[in-house]
Amino acid sequence: MKTCLVVDDSSVIRKVARRILEGLEFEIVEAEDGEKALELCKNQLPDAVLLDWNMPVMDGYEFLRNLRRMPGGDQPKVVFCTTENDVAHIARALHAGANEYIMKPFDKDIVTAKFQEVGLI
Amino acid sequence: MTPLDYEYLRKALKDRSGLDLSLDKQYLVESRLLPLARRLGLTNISDLVQKMKNGAEQTTAEVVEAMTTNETFFFRDKLPFDHLRDEILPALLQARAGRRSLRIWCAASSTGQEPYSIAMCLKELGPAVAGWRFEIIATDLSQSVLEKSKSGLFTQFEVQRGLPIQLLVKYFKQTGELWEISPELRAMIQHRQFNLLQDYTQLGTFDVIFCRNVLIYFDQPTKISIFERLAKRLEPDGYLALGAAETVVGLTEAFKPHATRRGIYLPNTKSPSIVPAAKPLGQVAGLRAG
Repeated sequence: MKTCLVVDDSSVIRKVARRILEGLEFEIVEAEDGEKALELCKNQLPDAVLLDWNMPVMDGYEFLRNLRRMPGGDQPKVVFCTTENDVAHIARALHAGANEYIMKPFDKDIVTAKFQEVGLI
Repeated sequence: MTPLDYEYLRKALKDRSGLDLSLDKQYLVESRLLPLARRLGLTNISDLVQKMKNGAEQTTAEVVEAMTTNETFFFRDKLPFDHLRDEILPALLQARAGRRSLRIWCAASSTGQEPYSIAMCLKELGPAVAGWRFEIIATDLSQSVLEKSKSGLFTQFEVQRGLPIQLLVKYFKQTGELWEISPELRAMIQHRQFNLLQDYTQLGTFDVIFCRNVLIYFDQPTKISIFERLAKRLEPDGYLALGAAETVVGLTEAFKPHATRRGIYLPNTKSPSIVPAAKPLGQVAGLRAG
């Protein structure tokens, strides 16, 4: 079973994402900010990361830059999932090594399509 | 809706669009037509049928449109577009190197995701096709889906289904809540209202035909007739792409399945409908229609 780290400061969003991704047969790990997510990644790298942008302590963009510098940190597929839906943000995320980008609001179809796009399912 | 109403609708749809509703599709009819009935200030589908019987042409057209509008998304099923990129386009770029032009028909193009996906595949060929002329003819029975397609505007929801984020950034511009496809891609597509039951000769000849997820709605004889007529519009070395649930097998000799590419069909050159003389004839027809 593949693992997906869901990083979002909203517990509601994490819950929705968990339900969708468990339906796609992922094992879910949750984190409420970038720093906690990074700690989890140091322990074990997930196959996928569903990543919010705006979060307290460390935002998703910082997390991504740190992750990509870790040994093996280029491996996880990172899919942003954020209300930041302008081209400038998307371009920045891609430049920092994001594999895909979901603009909130999202649903099961969008998550499925995006995870298929990066070869996770 | 009474069984008689349903029978009337089935027949009207069959005559107008070829749509072949089986006897158990009442729920589909209700879910599509009740909103239309309400919008026209009617209380139920029986009233709508009555209006059609009274000869309300506009209402009948709207009923056909409501019943035949189908869901679509960018790069739907992915596979046909992989085939296009990896096999069809490389082969045709070589075969048409003298003419440097390709004509592609998107039959039943709906709200445009399919023709625009094809346009993106062509654009992605980059400098290799500098100076080439690409023509994508997008046809649909429904005027309203064609209008939407022409506008090149898609919702945030639509651009997130099937469209890789890199292509969104590359080919779309954000306008308010919507995403607008680049004028360059829009210019590659010609939209035409067209009924697949109609005569195809006016469309000319094509190198590739995408006719996906529409034949499933037709009955056997209509499918056969469509295949025979599509074969006459396709160059002898052209390609036909069908939907995942569709096939020519057991229906026609005009096409044969591609040996390795699922969902891709080739004109059967042994078929009497396309004898070797078909090529020059096809080109003449293409020039006339162009």
